[in-house]
Amino acid sequence: MTNNKKPYVKPTIIKLQSGLMNKFGVSPYYARKVRSNIDGVSIEELTKQFGSPLFVFSEKTIRNTIREAKEAFATRYPNVTFSWSYKTNYIDAINAIYHQEGSIAEVVSEMEYDKARKLGISGENIIFNGPHKSIPALKKAVQEGAKIHIDHFDEIDDLETVAAELNKEIPVAIRLNLDSGIQPQWSRFGFNLESGQALDAVRRINMGGKLRLNGLHCHIGTFILEPNAYKTQTEKMVKFAYELEDMLGISIEYFDIGGGFPSKSKLKGTYLPPDVSVPPIDNYAEKISQGLFNALKPGHFPKLYLETGRGLIDEAGYLITTVFASKRLPDGRKSYVLDAGVNLLFTATWYKFTIETDREMQGLGEPALLNGPLCMNIDILDEGSMLPPMKRGTRLILSPVGAYNVTQWMQFIEYRPAVVLINENQVEIIREKEDLSDILRRERLPKRLRLA
Amino acid sequence: MNTNNRIARLAINEEGFVFDPQTGESFTVNQTGKVILKALMRSDSEESIILQLTEQFALSPQEAQADVRDFIHHLRAYQLIY
Repeated sequence: MTNNKKPYVKPTIIKLQSGLMNKFGVSPYYARKVRSNIDGVSIEELTKQFGSPLFVFSEKTIRNTIREAKEAFATRYPNVTFSWSYKTNYIDAINAIYHQEGSIAEVVSEMEYDKARKLGISGENIIFNGPHKSIPALKKAVQEGAKIHIDHFDEIDDLETVAAELNKEIPVAIRLNLDSGIQPQWSRFGFNLESGQALDAVRRINMGGKLRLNGLHCHIGTFILEPNAYKTQTEKMVKFAYELEDMLGISIEYFDIGGGFPSKSKLKGTYLPPDVSVPPIDNYAEKISQGLFNALKPGHFPKLYLETGRGLIDEAGYLITTVFASKRLPDGRKSYVLDAGVNLLFTATWYKFTIETDREMQGLGEPALLNGPLCMNIDILDEGSMLPPMKRGTRLILSPVGAYNVTQWMQFIEYRPAVVLINENQVEIIREKEDLSDILRRERLPKRLRLA
Repeated sequence: MNTNNRIARLAINEEGFVFDPQTGESFTVNQTGKVILKALMRSDSEESIILQLTEQFALSPQEAQADVRDFIHHLRAYQLIY
């Protein structure tokens, strides 16, 4: 009789390491993470309706996070505008939420620029950054009044060509790179401040007479865990602006201090959990406003732009994935084959995601490897986590995955899955699952190679 | 199942603590693992172990087969059987 049988827990055997700390840490039952729903919609219902794998975004989290960030800055400095970093996540529906919340667009390519324009964002509400802006792209941006941030001397030449062609003076900003006291110091983009290169760029712009410098931009890096770096950055930028005013009579109307605020993701190699290691947004706002007030002249409140991406969207994104198969590796570790891998979670290279199951799992945790579906040895989403024994069909929820994954994901070997948005228990598709037509649409098979 | 291996000399207590006197290594097994381990020490066949599991626990023969196979692979990885 089935009723008389004992509940089944998968068999496990774990080697005990006496005198040593277990390198994988302990995984008692109470430390296991279970997520049965996202914003009230059950994982089971989501996968039943939209399949697995599935990217899920919480509109509530997106809106709450941007509102909290805006409040942190608006209560400290009177002239702040957020500019949504398209490259972090440029699905239209996501962009639209940020624009509804008052953000302008920050783009780094012609594709992103076109996407913002098609969504209805006017040129004057677009910041055009990046090292690769073609002359046609620059021309379009100039005609539409976009804020163009120059990355290198060649771009000054290109913009002067556009200015001559359109017979108009172009307002521009330059991107700076500087020593804000942290490592690594990003020096690839923009003009270096300390070496005098930035001043050379301004002199070059002045000499040309076709461009008018009215803004300074600087982005010191990504996942910056030290808020004080922004204070140093801001002070240096303001000081440089006043030097330009004194030396060349240039009036800087705005400062764009970039992004780089961390999310509550766990950077590989960090020991402390994100809840401990990641400072709250208020700490960044405090340091930045301190930097501004330390350096600005009394009563002078130029516009401050922030290009925060990761810090705003990462925690709003989840990936639901399913255990497709499992095997025992020769070294004793359990390997699970999931239906999502590095094709969908590009950021797995740098971040260790939170792994949750959609229900309580029984059995001792053991060292496990989470592999994706790709027939590629590199397809590893996680290694070294202690996971309970999981059978085929078990749903896993990986987070936070809202930043950079649905832009950097690859159509490689597998179709890309659907992306849905949850808003007050309503689930809407914001990007459909791909099919073969998406793969073949841009291909052309010469007649001589047709097989049938 | 050939038990001419380390597994035959293992000591298991009721709580699932496993000691290998040959190497000094120790392990912990859960309830299900203990059932399988004891069966292997008695040289029970794989088929018999699957039957024992399905008789005692609520699971399908297919899942039992997969889990016994995986457990044996795990013992091999620990070099408890060859």
